[in-house]
Amino acid sequence: MTILHIINKSPFEKNSLDTCLRLAKRGSAILLIEDGIYAAQKNTAVGNKLAAAAATHSLYALAPDLDARGIGKDKIIDGISLVDYDGFVQLTTETSGVQSWL
Amino acid sequence: MAVIKKFLYVNRKAPHGSIFALESLEVVLIGAAFDQDVALAFIDDGVYQLMRNQDTSGIGTKNFSATYKALGDYDISKIYVEKESLDLRGLSKDNLMPLTWEDEDDDWAEKDSIQVVSSTELAEIIDNQDVIFSF
Amino acid sequence: MTIELNGKSYETDEEGYLVNLSDWTDQLAEEMAKADGSELDDPHWEVINFLREYYEEYQIAPAVRVLTKAIGKRMGKEKATSKYLYELFPYGPAKQACKYAGLPKPTGCV
Repeated sequence: MTILHIINKSPFEKNSLDTCLRLAKRGSAILLIEDGIYAAQKNTAVGNKLAAAAATHSLYALAPDLDARGIGKDKIIDGISLVDYDGFVQLTTETSGVQSWL
Repeated sequence: MAVIKKFLYVNRKAPHGSIFALESLEVVLIGAAFDQDVALAFIDDGVYQLMRNQDTSGIGTKNFSATYKALGDYDISKIYVEKESLDLRGLSKDNLMPLTWEDEDDDWAEKDSIQVVSSTELAEIIDNQDVIFSF
Repeated sequence: MTIELNGKSYETDEEGYLVNLSDWTDQLAEEMAKADGSELDDPHWEVINFLREYYEEYQIAPAVRVLTKAIGKRMGKEKATSKYLYELFPYGPAKQACKYAGLPKPTGCV
């Protein structure tokens, strides 16, 4: 059993990502949506935090939110899988619970 | 003759996660009718508002990023982007939409509206305003 | 409110602006003009088509000042006056022409 952690806030504006990474158990899933997807971009001041987490957690980002914000799929940190809305729903059914780090 | 004041709109929020960016843009466009000396500043996550290739069809919202390209038509030619905010996000001017205006006094030559400025330069710009709107 | 045309009805807001941009047709524009007691000729269509192109590109209806400038640039200086546009669209160029063009009512405009 594992939890799906959801981040919808920009890592440059809120500390939701930091708190999530501190409290999400090894092996749990982390999904970036809405402004949370800015954390998925390579070569930013917060990028290495997620790159490190890729070894210990399953990382996902919601593709339509990347498209809306003009973040190209080639600019995403290795180890983050892209999902669409169906994939988002799938993740919630595969995990035992959901925690949104608002 | 009315006094022309210097107006600065400060934008610090990412575009699609909250209503701030769209509301700011609407106020800017309405305010442009008053013939004031208008400038826009993009700081922190606000720089994301100007990203190229935004496509909101997947999230079902209006793609208002196209509207920034109309700012030149509204005689808004001073768009300042803070370099430090770009650097932190791994971005450069190349990642932003090209925004231009036409200079009536120079045979309608098309000129670049976006100026990437340092924090020090932006501090000076902010200090010189008569009115500042913050979003 | 709705507009009835050829057995179909099209939804509008309380001021007569189309709710769905994609409902728009030339015929619908003519129907709206008729309801206001006016008829659309080539000069009207120049403005309406320009507004539709502008909206397509920038996702906004331009303010009158912007419209006037752009019309002048495209169609000649003699048309770059608000007088010319008001003669075509006496209820206010942006407001009335936007309605016929199927666009939302422009923000903060005449």
